[in-house]
Amino acid sequence: MWEYTNKVQQHFLHPKNVGEIENPDGTGEVGSLACGDALKLTFKLDDKGVISDAKFKTFGCASAIASSSVLTEMIIGMTLDEAAKVTNEDIADRLGGLPKEKMHCSVMGREALESAIANHKGLKLPMAEGEVVCECFGVTDFEIIRAIKESNLHSVEEITNFTKAGGGCGKCLDRLREILVDTVHQGVDIKNMVEQPKRMTALQKIKKIEEALEREIRPTLRMDGGDIELVDVDGDFVMVSLRGACTSCSKSQTTLKEYVEKKLRELVLDSLIVEEIKK
Amino acid sequence: MMRPEAAIYMDNNATTRVAPEVLEAMMPYLRDYYGNPSSMHRFGGQVGAAVTKARRQVADLLGAAPEEIVFTSCGTESDSTAIFSALQSLSDKRHIVTTRVEHPAVKNLCENLDTLTGHKHRLTRLMVAADGTLDLKKYEEALADDTAIVSIMWANNETGVIFPIAEMARMAKERGILFHTDAVQAVGKIPINLKEMSVDFLSLSGHKLHGPKGVGVLYVRRGTPFVPFLVGGHQENGRRGGTENVASIVGLGRACALAAEKMAEENSRVKALRDKLEEGLLTSIPHSMLNGHKTKRLPNTANISFEYVEGEAILLHMDQFDICASSGSACTSGSLEPSHVLRAMGVPFTAAHGSIRFSLSIYNTENEIDFVLEKMPPIIAGLREMSPFWKAEK
Repeated sequence: MWEYTNKVQQHFLHPKNVGEIENPDGTGEVGSLACGDALKLTFKLDDKGVISDAKFKTFGCASAIASSSVLTEMIIGMTLDEAAKVTNEDIADRLGGLPKEKMHCSVMGREALESAIANHKGLKLPMAEGEVVCECFGVTDFEIIRAIKESNLHSVEEITNFTKAGGGCGKCLDRLREILVDTVHQGVDIKNMVEQPKRMTALQKIKKIEEALEREIRPTLRMDGGDIELVDVDGDFVMVSLRGACTSCSKSQTTLKEYVEKKLRELVLDSLIVEEIKK
Repeated sequence: MMRPEAAIYMDNNATTRVAPEVLEAMMPYLRDYYGNPSSMHRFGGQVGAAVTKARRQVADLLGAAPEEIVFTSCGTESDSTAIFSALQSLSDKRHIVTTRVEHPAVKNLCENLDTLTGHKHRLTRLMVAADGTLDLKKYEEALADDTAIVSIMWANNETGVIFPIAEMARMAKERGILFHTDAVQAVGKIPINLKEMSVDFLSLSGHKLHGPKGVGVLYVRRGTPFVPFLVGGHQENGRRGGTENVASIVGLGRACALAAEKMAEENSRVKALRDKLEEGLLTSIPHSMLNGHKTKRLPNTANISFEYVEGEAILLHMDQFDICASSGSACTSGSLEPSHVLRAMGVPFTAAHGSIRFSLSIYNTENEIDFVLEKMPPIIAGLREMSPFWKAEK
């Protein structure tokens, strides 16, 4: 069960401004049935250019409905320029926070608002022009880069939580990692970061793996009475042998994949695959 | 309609209430008889006899012999034990036959065997039809000379669809292939008689049949080659190391005896309640549909999709009325995609996101069914009012 704030529950159970405005001044539609959530936002402007009414229709979970409801409450009374500055973080904050896996619901609210404003102005949305990176959920690189920058994202998992990209088949995860690295290190010499490992010689690779094992991994395993030995390195495959308490530990395979492999990928090379050689 | 006093629990495929009789049977072994069954003194003797009795109770429910019962910690451990055992004892065979709709305990294990064992495996995952059933012809074609083991669930946890285990086990036997079935959802709900079948391994879990959590069983047919998963002491006849979880084993034994007593009720009264709920919902709510075969199904399970609305939203509204069920929607799982079972059946996205699973038990009453039938239509209608797809598609 998700931990929802009282505010989320309140907006979910008793949503404000449900419906659709007739002859609206702006309409924004985002999401789809296949994606599992969708939002249609309509608003009306008064003669001073202030949003006098806003309504929503949402297909989705509690946080999607609550995000939509709170969004309409927030923008009524705003000018279009003010509304254009509303971010997904603002929406989540007004709800007292959202579970991290549900942040994409607040992003959907912001996108619907942007799309409605663009519709009013007769503009095309920039994010529709980006390159689609995640085919499962139709997320473009534009949306991903923007989420990374605006919400200060630091992992692929966070990208998925905020944009849903990578949450389906997982084919785009490598591309997401690239975009993340590029965006986070813009200005920094990214070329070196990404390409250097590929030019590593086998000897360099082995040295680096040994170093990582010695400095980071062994000390941790030893705390539980285990140990690890490097047997061979063949391309991306790192063959290791577990020692001590690890050999009889039922969780050793999880340790191998979730800890050793992750650590080596982080410290040495992103594409490494760790395999155990049983003696 | 009177609101029932306690929560209406219709999520029994997730877990069940511990039967009062089971709890009562367990208590002495938590309080007074704390001995280790392996000990020579009186404390050991007392509990040893209790474990022996429980083993017989489990065996009786399955139509098995007591020595064919191995106590484990859960259904997942039983599944892992069976599959790893087969792959180790038949180390020249590297092919596994399973289905697209298995529980994660089998699904994720089979999909990661190469990394887990360091050997290459070939995996056949059989497709299911739109009603969740398997094609026996396709199954037969999948069996090969290098097939080590078949692992197919007895009944599906999400839809309740029952697979023809007797026939499939026989076909495997003819080819000299080991047969494992995850029967976690079937045991206690439908009659099982392993004496008349050629099943080699069967997994069950205590907490799915009104027993405690943290105890399971692996049935290992007499004569089946076996390699332990947990290596340690001589417990369970050398087949599973680790001091016995005595109280839970006693509880599971009692739960099995109870399930045997209540089997007729499960298949008549509970089934009638399920049918009433299902028919009531399908008639009173437009654009709703049943997921899974109409009759080849567990007597307690109804999986129904309400189109154009989302499962988590439905569940949270139900929770306001203390009605507990579960959903195959993406949002309830923490992943972003709806249930792998419903997708394998080809249930359209419009319906998969709005699927609700009601799973009943002997503790449900007609009053509860009436209450749910009264509350569900306005919940669905309210959410549809809010859905941007509803008017357009109607």
